[in-house]
Amino acid sequence: MLMRMNMLAFHKQGDVFMSIITGSEVVKRGMALMQKGGVIMDVVNAEQAKIAEAAGAVAVMALERVPSDIRAAGGVARMADPRIVEEVMKAVSIPVMAKARIGHIVEARVLESLGVDYIDESEVLTPADEEYHLLKNTYTVPFVCGCRNLGEAARRIGEGAAMLRTKGEPGTGNIVEAVRHLRQVNAEVRAIVAMNEDEMMTAAKNFGAPYEVLLEIKRLGRLPVVNFAAGGVATPADAALMMELGADGVFVGSGIFKAENPEKFARAIVQATTHYKDYALIAEVSKEIGTPMKGIDIGQLAASERMQERGW
Amino acid sequence: MKIGVLALQGAVAEHANAIEAVGARAVIVKNADDLAKLDALILPGGESTAMRRLIDYYELLEPLRTFASRKPVFGTCAGLILLAETIEGEAAHIGAMGITAHRNAFGRQVDSFETTLPIKEVSDAFPAVFIRAPKIVAVQDGVDVLATHNGEIVCARDRHLLACSFHPELTDDLALMRYFVEMVEAYQ
Repeated sequence: MLMRMNMLAFHKQGDVFMSIITGSEVVKRGMALMQKGGVIMDVVNAEQAKIAEAAGAVAVMALERVPSDIRAAGGVARMADPRIVEEVMKAVSIPVMAKARIGHIVEARVLESLGVDYIDESEVLTPADEEYHLLKNTYTVPFVCGCRNLGEAARRIGEGAAMLRTKGEPGTGNIVEAVRHLRQVNAEVRAIVAMNEDEMMTAAKNFGAPYEVLLEIKRLGRLPVVNFAAGGVATPADAALMMELGADGVFVGSGIFKAENPEKFARAIVQATTHYKDYALIAEVSKEIGTPMKGIDIGQLAASERMQERGW
Repeated sequence: MKIGVLALQGAVAEHANAIEAVGARAVIVKNADDLAKLDALILPGGESTAMRRLIDYYELLEPLRTFASRKPVFGTCAGLILLAETIEGEAAHIGAMGITAHRNAFGRQVDSFETTLPIKEVSDAFPAVFIRAPKIVAVQDGVDVLATHNGEIVCARDRHLLACSFHPELTDDLALMRYFVEMVEAYQ
């Protein structure tokens, strides 16, 4: 697999010069490992970022609009105003992520130059390229990408994504698609792990997945990068459900700041994610937190309104 | 030997694997009750701010302080921040180790790096992965500096407490984990 990394400098240690390498696979994938078991929250300004940090979010996603508002607004959704991204970066010490349009090389480079900690090449925004994703291993900043199945997951890893998230259906507050996608990816990973090696090239063809990535999955017995769940988490029980199904953590988009009481929802979702098997605790933290965001039935969305179809 | 890994968030499985690889038993710690019967504890890498919130939600701070006053603890990255007696610009958390920590000392994620370091009594060339890492800006008397990077302290030991800025759990090198296990054995 093609890999780029930057030899930044040498430092002298005794009589030996040691190299310092930035942007390597270990450093990029390692950053996502540090987020495991946590909740990453969408925020649109410094005030929301501080609420998220105080509630125990492991990172924030700086956006101009949360997905449900993007849906409502229609039109073309683009990278956030750099001013908002900088405002959020100044407000918190936890990592800050930001979204670039699929295939938009320059939005991604601009976000990298701002110093964001992770870029989400995201189907929530209107794609800039309907054929090609970013070649993510040419960047120093790590990327997270959406997936609905093993083929998408493995192609994004092949392009250099250091973290995945199952797509779900953003901005709906409906967990059904998130469940479908996580179950699909995990079932297909299990199939690869159980497969004989002489069957794997045909599997690569059938899944539309790079052969080398499938070999890595088989060797590790799991995806080689962290996989969070996204797209529809609206309650503490939703977050715990995704952990139960094997997610490494959760993204909550509209679910926090479109809830009646964002502070309470944020705290409750963080606790339910950590203690996802402690049902008495989930009951306790779910009490009197107000109403969640209003949801959308997936059947009411026209195919053209489904963000999950974006990405190739 | 039973070594716990504080499992509120972060690189828990990676530490648990390293513990098992050196022949000790790894125990996942989510509640104060889980601390009983442990010989030692690891505070893993992750987001220290998020971990602290979860520590507070379940009133884990006092049990962790009591544990660190009596038994060996090893903190990596975020764990170093949790252990430090002083943190620049914020209040201490467990505060058991005689070091002053500086958060995100090497820059943001694009500045995260890997290199090789000699660690005193541990390794001549240890693979060190720094991810939005903290550094130790000062140590109290009696604290042993085990490793530096460009003159900055990145690994230290204070009696039964060990901390490093980098992530040994992200590499296959078990030398630092073996060193910690020897610390625990000597302590018993």
